[in-house]
Amino acid sequence: MSGEGLRSIVRQLPSEVMVRIDRHEIEGRDLRLVIRPDGLVPLAGHLRKELGARLVTLHATDDRALEGCFKLHLVMAPQGMDALVSATAPLGLGEWRYESLTPTINDADWYEREIQDMFGLVAIGHPDPRPLVLHEDWPEGKYPLRKDFLTGERPPRVKGEYHFTKVEGEGVYEIPVGPVHAGVIEPGHFRFSVAGEPIINLEVRLGYVHRGVEKLSESTPYPKGVHLAERISGDNSVAHSTAYCQAVEALASCQVPERAEHIRVVMLELERLYNLFGDIAGIALDTALSVAAACGYLLREKAMNLNECLTGSRLLRSVNVLGGVRKDLTPNDREKVLATMVKLKLEFDDLVTLMLSSPSMMDRVETTGRLTREMAVDLNVVGPAARASGVDRDVRRDHPYAAYGNLNFLVPTQSGGDVAARMRVKMDEVRESFSLIDQALDGMPAGPVRAKLGSVPQGHAACSLVESPRGEIVHWIMAGRGAPARHKVRDASFCNWLAMEQAVLGNIVPDFPLINKSFNLSYAGNDL
Amino acid sequence: MDEATERLGEELKARIRRTFGRSLSIREVDAGSCNGCEVEVNALTNAVHDIERFGLHIVASPRHADMLLVTGPVTRGMLPALMQTYKATPAPKMVVAMGSCAISGGIFRGTYATLDGVDKVLPVDAYIPGCPPRPQAIIQGILLALDRWESKA
Repeated sequence: MSGEGLRSIVRQLPSEVMVRIDRHEIEGRDLRLVIRPDGLVPLAGHLRKELGARLVTLHATDDRALEGCFKLHLVMAPQGMDALVSATAPLGLGEWRYESLTPTINDADWYEREIQDMFGLVAIGHPDPRPLVLHEDWPEGKYPLRKDFLTGERPPRVKGEYHFTKVEGEGVYEIPVGPVHAGVIEPGHFRFSVAGEPIINLEVRLGYVHRGVEKLSESTPYPKGVHLAERISGDNSVAHSTAYCQAVEALASCQVPERAEHIRVVMLELERLYNLFGDIAGIALDTALSVAAACGYLLREKAMNLNECLTGSRLLRSVNVLGGVRKDLTPNDREKVLATMVKLKLEFDDLVTLMLSSPSMMDRVETTGRLTREMAVDLNVVGPAARASGVDRDVRRDHPYAAYGNLNFLVPTQSGGDVAARMRVKMDEVRESFSLIDQALDGMPAGPVRAKLGSVPQGHAACSLVESPRGEIVHWIMAGRGAPARHKVRDASFCNWLAMEQAVLGNIVPDFPLINKSFNLSYAGNDL
Repeated sequence: MDEATERLGEELKARIRRTFGRSLSIREVDAGSCNGCEVEVNALTNAVHDIERFGLHIVASPRHADMLLVTGPVTRGMLPALMQTYKATPAPKMVVAMGSCAISGGIFRGTYATLDGVDKVLPVDAYIPGCPPRPQAIIQGILLALDRWESKA
């Protein structure tokens, strides 16, 4: 991204925003603004309206020790540019309120509720100010991400009540599901309001898996932070650890060797493969197409066995280290990968043929759980779920990282937005992953696989984006002493849960598991 | 699947038949796991491991279960649900703590939102180490739990 594009963004800012900007600087692909809090809403509105910018993250930091105030950080990505616009807004001394962005950019909704839980900062004018992450038994006045809240503090439980959205009318009844589910899946609560068979409202209640990742990261030295990142969302270990490493490497101005960048691509795509095999098999399972499900899960098992052969971990843990990767891929490893890929490709083709030619299955998936393009854009849906609704976005192409800039691949899209579309997008992505692994192995230069990290200067912030199997994930790190002073993690699922609430409307309850599976969202990554 | 695991599975099958005279019903409870353990529990039922042939049955409700297989450090948010699930499981019942988090809180030990492992809140019969444990380790852990449980009875 040339600085010129970013400079023209600054020139085109409306005067009501301009007068509220205290400072701006352009560094690489980043435009950084320091803005007064009352400038955030017009800035976000302008970027959304004029540049089609989507929200990357919105979070707060507690800078009371040094500057006496909290700060809000807004990061947006203008459409069609490999650039990020970051705005930092210091709230006034003792100020704990700000004007809500949600009425202007709808996707700020959950971010603002999260800030309220974690920092006690209130968004004035937010349409739904209920708590999001912390449950009703959490005492008032305790805000975990404030610096004066100690990591090990465990506040007593208090009596409280959570109010679900009520839908009233003749014949309307509620079905509560979870947090312990019938299947082996993560915990979350679903509250359906149903009239007869069709769902007229779904409210997803999460936070059960909240482990305090962001707070913990602030006392976790950088090298160990890689392991913590791997455990944010267990089946997206490589994606999260890559995002963490990239952010710290950017802070330390560390150049990762090219060979390591290629190995990261191989690992990221191997992770995508075993996830997508599982997703596709899950859709077959939930449509009672048992043979296809068994074949799909077999593919997943074979992919995980390959992972273990290469790295010692079926879930590709401990692959990344700061500055590169832990272990080189030997010529023997390369042969193993190539030989396994040949087999998997053939078996996968058979699986796809079996699924797409089964009328009983296609009948279940077509037109089920439809998410319109407008809704996907409005909610800032990411990953395969967005691409299945015709929103053509993929971090690997739009904000290239690791070695993706040197590789050729397509970003598959569909327009249907239903379960069938999400299934087809995932099937096409499997093929792209096969090709990416081949290319990354072919184009892998010789050389070291790890560079020395060097020191990480305090006070600076870096933002790193990675396309996980579920979509875009964000790690935003502000450097502290040997560990992050603030580590904001945003999993793909944080964007996509609200989309599922919309996609199920009008569908019958028995189709809910199928729709849920087609999104396959992470609870742990969302709750942190 | 390798021969060693196959033998282990057969051993487990004979043990379950002797002890229960039927399959062993397991209810998995995610008490704050990162989903890594769930990936491996799900892998137990794929065509390679296929644990149903050893008499291990993963059931949908704690009311049908002989054993709770608990993952995760036990988060503050999941504690009430975990206790309810335990109460809903008919006695006699076994509890197995699976994975580093369930054993001690693992990497999440000491945070404001976790309770440092399953044995802080429930009596645990066996621990299965690993992050996450491989499917073979889970089978072995279940065998160990049966050993302990029988010797206790």
